[in-house]
Amino acid sequence: MKTNQASVDGNSGRVEAHVMNWRAGCVALACVVMVTACSGSEQPGSGGTTDTSGAIQINGAGATFPNPIYSRWMSEYNKLHPNVRINYQSQGSGAGIRQLLNKTVFFGASDQPMKEEQLKSAPGPILHLPTVIGAVVPIYNLPGVSGDLKFSGPVLADIVMGKITRWNDPALLKLNPGVTLPDMPITFVHRSDGSGTTFVWADYLGKVSPEFKSKVGVDASLNWPAGVGAKGNEGVAGLVKQTPGALGYTEPAYANRNQIAFGSVQNSAGTFVKATPESVTAAASGAAAQMPEDFRVSITNAAGEQAYPISSFTWMLFYENPQDKAQARAMTDFMRWALNDGQKYAVELGYSPLPRNVVDMEMKALERIKLQ
Amino acid sequence: MPKARNARLDELVFRAGTGAFGVLLIVIVVAIGFELFSQSRLSIARFGWRFWTNDTWDPVMGEFGARPFIWGTLYSSVLALLIAGPIAIGIAIYISELSPDWLRRPLVFLTELLAAVPSIVYGLWGIFVMVPLVRTLEVHTPDWLRGLPLFSGPPLGVGMLSAALILAVMVIPFISSVAREVLRSVPQAQREGAYALGATRWEAIRMALFYARTGIIGAIMLGFGRALGETMAVTMLIGNNPQVTWSLYAPQYTMAAVLANEFAEATGELYLNALVEIGLVLFVITLLINLTSRSLIWSLNRQRRSKAARPAVVAEAAQ
Repeated sequence: MKTNQASVDGNSGRVEAHVMNWRAGCVALACVVMVTACSGSEQPGSGGTTDTSGAIQINGAGATFPNPIYSRWMSEYNKLHPNVRINYQSQGSGAGIRQLLNKTVFFGASDQPMKEEQLKSAPGPILHLPTVIGAVVPIYNLPGVSGDLKFSGPVLADIVMGKITRWNDPALLKLNPGVTLPDMPITFVHRSDGSGTTFVWADYLGKVSPEFKSKVGVDASLNWPAGVGAKGNEGVAGLVKQTPGALGYTEPAYANRNQIAFGSVQNSAGTFVKATPESVTAAASGAAAQMPEDFRVSITNAAGEQAYPISSFTWMLFYENPQDKAQARAMTDFMRWALNDGQKYAVELGYSPLPRNVVDMEMKALERIKLQ
Repeated sequence: MPKARNARLDELVFRAGTGAFGVLLIVIVVAIGFELFSQSRLSIARFGWRFWTNDTWDPVMGEFGARPFIWGTLYSSVLALLIAGPIAIGIAIYISELSPDWLRRPLVFLTELLAAVPSIVYGLWGIFVMVPLVRTLEVHTPDWLRGLPLFSGPPLGVGMLSAALILAVMVIPFISSVAREVLRSVPQAQREGAYALGATRWEAIRMALFYARTGIIGAIMLGFGRALGETMAVTMLIGNNPQVTWSLYAPQYTMAAVLANEFAEATGELYLNALVEIGLVLFVITLLINLTSRSLIWSLNRQRRSKAARPAVVAEAAQ
């Protein structure tokens, strides 16, 4: 009782000070609100601005997968052209497409091409331009097994569908003669968040296994028949690294960074290929022969002796007839730079550069964006 | 009320201002509910009540059901409360009734610190420290236990058990802080009365607990609400596999987690609508749980008033 009383008395002496602080806080808060409101009013929510001094601001949103290289491109390009400022928000491919359709950004970005019905619902024709190439690799944690394992598409599909459940399954032993595979259950780790990585992985499995295509299907989020979901590439890599017997899929950069083993995959020519910048670029160059006009093409399971089969473009999306012509000019200039000079940043950031023949096709396609 | 007529201008402004804030709260809640409803109309029209009972969540085929997520959310939250409740109330009792003065402040500070840790930090700690421990526990579970449905499934580490444990750690500070305040507000005269009647310390504390029971239930409900909506740490630890099972070792899924996971990459209209409907379901369930706890507290309060003359425990303690 006594201690209670004392503490209450002690507090009441400070009440006035509290009120003063509170008032000061309110004033400060009001100032902050006003400042942000003012600075906010300079940038209306649309795809960016062009002010009188000639500075151009362009906003884009979309896939998280190419975010590291897009940020790098945009900051390097800003050094060369200080008046052009490009903002990229990596919110996910779905969000990027939604924002592009609502015209709240100037350009979108996606790890999968837009679907027919999305293109139909768009207020104008949309141009897809591949920017870099990425790959997805099967990573695994098998204590006591040294050297790279070999996988084939159908075997990976069977593991994902829960039909191959142990590492010493005859199908895996047949692909890896001379390797002692342990009698251990396979824990398949997949992405829990919707992801372009999942789309590419499923797109490949759907091509090599009709059963996978009909039962599971191809999308950024799937109804997985087996396994555990982890959030993000780093989540999958972390869980595989911790769990003996685990198999998952990530981009090669995450496997390298976390020192997790990843296997080679049998391509359509029958050779086992590991993902390297060269083998991934080879996949794109093999696909260039049948490149459709609109670049909406999957390059998984591509033809070519050296082609790595689980590869994919990632795209930037533009309206062919954008409203703001100043932004359109700046953005096409940026794209010309990114497709040529910008490609040299790809390898160090874990991507593969576009092959020359694809870049040539895109330089032509850029002319479709109306600048007048 | 003759004084109200003479109310000064600042009185009126004060009243109108705070009143507006009060009304704003109602407007916000109604607006959230309406927005969730209108954004999920496609999915509601397509699936109806089947949405609540369907087990399939298949974005590719466009088939959506929320039952595994509802199950995972409620199961993980209830488990977390079962673990956290006794611990948190124990902490509250120790701090308010038993601990020496020099220890009280550091303990209060530490529990409040736990509440201030961002949930992504709990998630990371969970992945790198707790999950390996849980996996070791799972690997060493004796076979006769593994036969029970509660412990079936492969030892993955991530799963319901990890999620419930991290949730428990996260809600402990909320429950114990509120319970501590409630216990401190029990009038000292009540305790002194109990001692005067010859009660032991344990009996006096039981009396205080009984006196504070509505507040303690409120504290637990606050923890429950927090557990239901917790997203990031749970997403990182629960294994994200939509299935309805009692198994603590199995990966499962919660409503908040599926929203966090799939919203950014969701494309089709129906898919987006189904995700928003998950939000609506979570909103409705949270509302229902709050209403239930309100009415529970209300009925307890009424009981207390009718028995106020003779609190049962005190009478018992006196014997």
